[in-house]
Amino acid sequence: MNIFIFGLVNSVILALMASGFALVYGVSRLANFAHGALYILVGFATWLFLNRVGVNYIGSIILSIIAVSVLGGVIYRFLLIRVKGMPASEIIASLAIGIAIMELFRWRGFISEAYMLPPFVNGSVSIAGVMIDWQRLIIIGVGLAIMLLLWLFTHHTKVGLSLRAIAQDKHASMMSGIEPDRTAVISLAMGSALSGIAAVVILPLGNITVETGYMVLTNAIAVCIIGGLGSWAGVFAGAFLLGFAEILTAAFIGPQWQMVVVLLFIILTLILKPSGLLGKQKELEERV
Amino acid sequence: MAYALLPMVSFVLGMLVLPLVVPSMTWQRIMTLSCIFALLALSFDFLAHFVGIVCLGGAFFTGVGGYISGLLNSAFGLPMIITIPVATIAGGAICTLFLIPCLPIRGIYFAIVSLMYPILFHRVIQALNIFGGTDGLPGLATFPNIWVELYFIIPMTLILTFGLRRLVNEDFGIVLRAIKDNDQAVRASNINISWYKTKAVFIASTIGCFAGACLAHLYGWVGLSLFALDFSIFPIAATVVGGGGTLVGPILGALILAPLSEMLRAFGPLRVVFYSLILAGLVIFKTEGFVPFLERKYHQFERWTEI
Repeated sequence: MNIFIFGLVNSVILALMASGFALVYGVSRLANFAHGALYILVGFATWLFLNRVGVNYIGSIILSIIAVSVLGGVIYRFLLIRVKGMPASEIIASLAIGIAIMELFRWRGFISEAYMLPPFVNGSVSIAGVMIDWQRLIIIGVGLAIMLLLWLFTHHTKVGLSLRAIAQDKHASMMSGIEPDRTAVISLAMGSALSGIAAVVILPLGNITVETGYMVLTNAIAVCIIGGLGSWAGVFAGAFLLGFAEILTAAFIGPQWQMVVVLLFIILTLILKPSGLLGKQKELEERV
Repeated sequence: MAYALLPMVSFVLGMLVLPLVVPSMTWQRIMTLSCIFALLALSFDFLAHFVGIVCLGGAFFTGVGGYISGLLNSAFGLPMIITIPVATIAGGAICTLFLIPCLPIRGIYFAIVSLMYPILFHRVIQALNIFGGTDGLPGLATFPNIWVELYFIIPMTLILTFGLRRLVNEDFGIVLRAIKDNDQAVRASNINISWYKTKAVFIASTIGCFAGACLAHLYGWVGLSLFALDFSIFPIAATVVGGGGTLVGPILGALILAPLSEMLRAFGPLRVVFYSLILAGLVIFKTEGFVPFLERKYHQFERWTEI
């Protein structure tokens, strides 16, 4: 039971971390390696608004999420748009921007234990004999709510439908008057906002550190690869597979093997089925 | 004739003379390190732009090469003159064996697998606590003095660069480039592309393992940091800065970027910020790369004076 509940929480955390990355890649085929940086940016921005500027907690969360989504859009519109279509340059440029953001925080001295966000609700509750704090339950709730909202957004609003259209067939949707650059800006802004939401619900579990940024990036990539790049169901499948695999390894083999199992999963997925568990890319395109 | 030879001769002479003119020993040391990175960048460029395999396994190569030569040196006491060649060949073979199952995968997917291998090895060594575990193997043999170091690694870099440049223009290279452009057509000509790709990966990983073995003996120490991500990321950066598909470009890129990162050391923790901003700027606003740019200017200038 213990394993089941914490595996579930871990999986939802992974899914939340990966959702922004998956959205950006799915819509604009752009691997946004600045994802982890945006994640901790929201954490630190919320902390600053809360403790230095004196906005209340909800206000500072909303402000920092808006700020980071604008930043995401700006990064695409003015920087990444120039290297669109060159995968190596895209990755280097976004990774370099991300590292610059993260190391800037390190330089300003944001590296002590003091930087942590308060949990939304204190205390814990016992479910089937397992003590679990409210924050972890809130994470599950927020994760499910976000997935539902995203589904509604992509299936029932005009902007959401245009995002899906671009993801499915770029040329056909361009012919129906959808501008790919505009949707890419929207997708990057939304992806950044998603990473921000993930940050504000997950970060109260521990300290905000610069290393979290790198960790979030690797986790997001791992989940997206295993689940299949550009597929929503895949993000879920990948997150649950990895989340439970991590918890099970930590429980039965030993915590130092956790990362090895994750990496083996990634390598085996890529060798056996490169498009991921539920990826929609044609197998032939990936293999010779 | 002079017109055609001038760039090449000035490059070779420049590489050979540079260590003599740099001010201090620190800078000579940086030169050797730049050459190590240049070798990694060279192997990346060869695979990426002549075979069509984007391989981010730079750290994998340095790690395997470094650990083999380190183990041979510390466990059996073999001298450097044996460990480096053995580590180069055996390391190349081991890396190739690990990469063979991934060869059918294309593009970014291969890149990710090859990026994962060094991290995997790093974690396995850490978890099993073998090969000295997290402490590494200290006390390896080092080069007798800085001049041996410099004039062993720099000529090797030059030989490998021009050797590869010749190779890609031979029949073998033509097949490789055809595989990059259209692998199905090559297959239709009854050529076993997996075999060709294996050979290409072997060449590239041999170069990488050579760099790793040299690095181990430069520091006199082998540790988990040989599997660090820098060795995978830096070659791409150097290739993008120098201009991909030229083979000389990555060398120049590495010779620009590695000293740059040292110069920025004065800024303390801000160093990484500046470095990544400069890198992002170069990638975003100067997409073409350094060598193609110079090449274009060189030819333009000549034509302009003659008319």
